[in-house]
Amino acid sequence: MTEDTVSINTDAGVHARPAMMLVRSAMKYPCEIFLLKDDIEANAKSIMGVLALAITKGSEITIRADGENEVEAVRELVTLINSDFDDGEN
Amino acid sequence: MALKKIYLHNLVDGTIKIDLQLELIAGENGLDKEITVADVNRPGLSLAGFFDFFAFGRIQVFGLGETAFMRKLPEAQRKEMLEMFFSYDILCCVFTHGESPDDLFIELANSRNIPVFISQYRTTRFVSLWIHAVEGYFAPTITVHGSLVDVFGVGVLLLGKSGVGKSECALELIEKGHRLVADDIVEIQKIDEIFLFGKSAEIITHHMEIRGLGIINVKEIYGIASVRNRKRIDLIIMLEEWERNKEYDRLGIDEHKYSILDINLSFITVPVRPGRNIPILIETAALNHRLKKTGTFSAKDLDFKIQEKIKLETAKKE
Repeated sequence: MTEDTVSINTDAGVHARPAMMLVRSAMKYPCEIFLLKDDIEANAKSIMGVLALAITKGSEITIRADGENEVEAVRELVTLINSDFDDGEN
Repeated sequence: MALKKIYLHNLVDGTIKIDLQLELIAGENGLDKEITVADVNRPGLSLAGFFDFFAFGRIQVFGLGETAFMRKLPEAQRKEMLEMFFSYDILCCVFTHGESPDDLFIELANSRNIPVFISQYRTTRFVSLWIHAVEGYFAPTITVHGSLVDVFGVGVLLLGKSGVGKSECALELIEKGHRLVADDIVEIQKIDEIFLFGKSAEIITHHMEIRGLGIINVKEIYGIASVRNRKRIDLIIMLEEWERNKEYDRLGIDEHKYSILDINLSFITVPVRPGRNIPILIETAALNHRLKKTGTFSAKDLDFKIQEKIKLETAKKE
């Protein structure tokens, strides 16, 4: 199991689009990936799960992965969050 | 899982959904105290001077008996008793039947910052409403990944790996006239130690994500009849990819159980493969569950008939 904690810096928080980017990144990996906020756990591969966390700026999020390529999975999600969900298009 | 906290001021600020008809008459400064248990205490024995096992941390409910008893006590004795009573760190006091305490009681409550309420309800009704109103704050809660659908009145919790088709299955059930409770995230609470109730995470209530369509609002598309907010869970169905070499239940004579928050619920595994109509299997499973509850167990009944027939045939041969 691999785990890492990051804080969210984007003003708008994790609304629909950033949530989709998180899910899309998570879907690339076969392992189970969960996001934890205030002890509430959501499946990182589920849009509704990520949205239900209602992640706002300043929230501390723990990313937990278990299974194949878990280290890479956590690293990619951490990088995505730390880049403030910049997919290079903006 | 973090539970929502409840404080005494929530009783009168409209936070709790049930109106307990409470009127605050003393101890306003103690309203920021947190309520930590749903249990109530009737302080009768304490008023008579017996303070062993005094559950002062709970709400103290004064019914007609307690109020009348206090009135009958001689003044000196009442003062001594009340001073002893208020030496404990009491959560709060409620007088039912619209009765009020005497001035000394109010004075002591004010000085110790212990809120005192009057409720118009009679005692038993008040206690039952109170437990109903606050138990949700103390019930053990867990979040599971699945879909909860009310199928013919049976609360069916669909579980299974991401991508196995839980949401699509739930959508087809809705289309057939059943009701969605929660999709993807189901918040489950144990109520009264024996029931499990499921609901959606508040912000995504009645929404679903369907691969290829995106996020849809089920209530807007299918109408108010297609959703409900909360449902007792009766049956758990695990959807899993069909595995060629796995043995699936062919008889349904043995009942399998799945445990959530230490409560065992009926459990079925349904293998999924292309072309298999899963919603109709779930409808049938729900109806079969209802039949079992009313005493008709199809598999066992048929087995019984066959055994009777075998006995009869064997007897004939002899």
